[in-house]
Amino acid sequence: MHTTGMTSPRGVWWKPAHRSEKVWFAIAFAWCMVLFAMMPLWHLKGGQNPTGIRHRVEPADYRARVNEFIAEYQVGDEAGVPVVEPPPGSDVYLVGMMWQWRPILRLQAGAEYTLHLSSVDVNHGFNLYPFNVNFQVVPGYDYGLEVTPTEAGEFHIVCNEFCGVGHHLMVGRVIVYDGPATATAEGTQAAPDGSGDDLITAGGAR
Amino acid sequence: MTPDAGTLTPPAPSPSDVPARFRTCPTTGLKVFREADALIKAHAVVATVALLIGGVAALGVLLTRWQTVHLLDAVWFYRILTVHGMNMLIFFIIFFEMAVLYFAAGPLLNSRVAAPKVGWGAFALMVAGMGLVEWTMWTGRADVLFTSYVPLRADPSYYLGIILFAVGALVTVGLFFATLVVAKREKTYEGSVPLVVFGAITAAIIAVITLLHGAAIYIPTYLWSMGLMNVDPQVYRLVWWGLGHSSQQINVAAMVAIWYLLGALTVGAVVLNEKISRTAFVLYILFISMASAHHLLVDPGFGPAWKVWNTSYFMYMAVLASMLHGFTVPAGVELGQRLRGATQGLFGWLRKAPWGDPGFSSLAFSVVVFGFVGGITGVTFGTEQINIIAHNTLRIPGHFHATVVSGTAMAFMGVTYYVIPLVFRKQVAFYPLARIQPYLFSIGMLVFSMAMTFAGTFGVPRRHWDVTFAGAPFTFEYSSATDLIIGVMALGGLVAAVGGGIYILVTVWSVFFGKPIPEGEASEAALAGKVPPGVYRKPWLELPAEADAAERLEQRGFAGPVPGTMILVFVFLAAFVTYYFTNWKLLSFIWQVG
Repeated sequence: MHTTGMTSPRGVWWKPAHRSEKVWFAIAFAWCMVLFAMMPLWHLKGGQNPTGIRHRVEPADYRARVNEFIAEYQVGDEAGVPVVEPPPGSDVYLVGMMWQWRPILRLQAGAEYTLHLSSVDVNHGFNLYPFNVNFQVVPGYDYGLEVTPTEAGEFHIVCNEFCGVGHHLMVGRVIVYDGPATATAEGTQAAPDGSGDDLITAGGAR
Repeated sequence: MTPDAGTLTPPAPSPSDVPARFRTCPTTGLKVFREADALIKAHAVVATVALLIGGVAALGVLLTRWQTVHLLDAVWFYRILTVHGMNMLIFFIIFFEMAVLYFAAGPLLNSRVAAPKVGWGAFALMVAGMGLVEWTMWTGRADVLFTSYVPLRADPSYYLGIILFAVGALVTVGLFFATLVVAKREKTYEGSVPLVVFGAITAAIIAVITLLHGAAIYIPTYLWSMGLMNVDPQVYRLVWWGLGHSSQQINVAAMVAIWYLLGALTVGAVVLNEKISRTAFVLYILFISMASAHHLLVDPGFGPAWKVWNTSYFMYMAVLASMLHGFTVPAGVELGQRLRGATQGLFGWLRKAPWGDPGFSSLAFSVVVFGFVGGITGVTFGTEQINIIAHNTLRIPGHFHATVVSGTAMAFMGVTYYVIPLVFRKQVAFYPLARIQPYLFSIGMLVFSMAMTFAGTFGVPRRHWDVTFAGAPFTFEYSSATDLIIGVMALGGLVAAVGGGIYILVTVWSVFFGKPIPEGEASEAALAGKVPPGVYRKPWLELPAEADAAERLEQRGFAGPVPGTMILVFVFLAAFVTYYFTNWKLLSFIWQVG
């Protein structure tokens, strides 16, 4: 006897399913297993994983670490924000605060860095334009991501977590320059204003 | 014991043994049922008020994000965005769901409401909580957005308001369970509860899980806002999303229950197999609270094993549940139609469907948009690594407007067109407008959410007052394509807003100023063009006998009697696979991150 969803089924309703339902169940189940397998598989074979090195950190300690990092590698200053060029392979410290990303980073294409993200006040959101890379920046937590910029260019960091009325003002910069050969030849690697022919500019900041 | 045309008929296996439409209890008479009706009405009215407030706020948000207009200043934009989120996702949806619970345990089971006075008390608590939250939001005491991530701080009364609302909702859910016990004990129905009620029970159980998470986070946050304790920002995000995402799963369960209900009301859709549909509901209960992880995939507080396990809802078993309902709901419609003679070809059952019935068109749009746009994007963005290219961009609101608005809200709107005549016993005012309402609302929302998702693919952030970054130390311009896409998004949003406005007009006018359904036999002649056709055709009562059915149905290979649905779900699967792997490809283009 057919029933509608408004009808009380009488007796035992645990009955064998239609063949059509069994077929769809099997296909859907198989697809769910594919969905599940893709994530561990990408950890093994893929180049983009949000794993990182994760620690708790006191906001004041993180602020001090960022200042230390800036003092060590600062090469310039732009709109009041320090420009920092750490050597390839080093730890890079970026802080989100109301309403600024600090410092401006100069990174080398193809080199790996450990990019630390944290906040000293409220939640912020790291969004790298134009590559659409997004991470949550949580106060009290140090998120150390191993990143390798793939190509030279000018990037911007937008805040994409609401952090108060100045949220839309919170734009930072990352400049990725080509490999060491080019940079050394032109001797502009340490150019304080971040200019130079080695930079392929993708945005309109300059 | 004479059938009363104006009231909802309890389910019956065949027209020959239809029991009374309402049990006329000699001791309580109809009074008890009026309590249920009054409670449904009160909750539905407040839900509609919240929808109106949230809808006006939606226009403010839309016209500001549309940079060409850029209506509001930054302060009011974030304030109105908070108002929009709270009214739509909490007040409108939950008040409506409480009405659904009263409907499922009352009229659907033919039962009185257990302790109606407690129900009114809980209702008053919810209204008081809502009032307090509205006051704090509109007076600028809670510019913290819907999520109110600690350490952004709102006035303590804001958190208190939410707590009061949640306690009221929890009591109402408890009352629903009590009513189920009453119905069982007083034998108001025979056999097991109908599938729609089973779905409502699922929603109610998830509501308990959700509201307990709400208590676990809002009570400490309330204390924190008064300086009495500390709340860790990451722990806040974890527990808050136990509320925030699980509440969307109440919506999913309630929506699927409404799908089965609308299928029965509009075309007499049948249940292919009670076991499959009910098991799918149970899968929701078991795995849905893990979904908090969907919001924490690019957070620093959790490791990959935790993220993979939880974001997948225990190996996608809740996704499996939705894929099952996505099959059984259209298959039930197909089989119901074929049993009634719509047997031509693969899609004759769709061609002969009542597309002018706002209940049916709402059902169709709700299933299709929820599945194709909301479901596919949701699973894709909720994949651990793909979330890197989706988190907090416009892709996320693009996803959830397709689920909670085009899916849940559309289904709720569709069932309202039946609740008005069946429960409130009123004709549907401006019925011609009601007929086109689902088309305007759904197509508008479809354009809106797809455009939003596309804009997010370019990295455009959500919850952002000005993506031209005027006044920022460094500025840049998004790809010029995004201007066009956001223009399209605005257009879709405005069309949907017209649809939403029509819904509010029709429901408010019908309930308060509508013409009553004539007493006595409500014939087609008397009601055609005034209410949806299912109201007088009553397809859920006219199920063909098994013997006739077997003759009519043609079994086609493994698709059995539902070949049309089988084709539709394969189209769905193809879309799903394509979108999913396209996103892995997009992900592989970005910086290496690990």
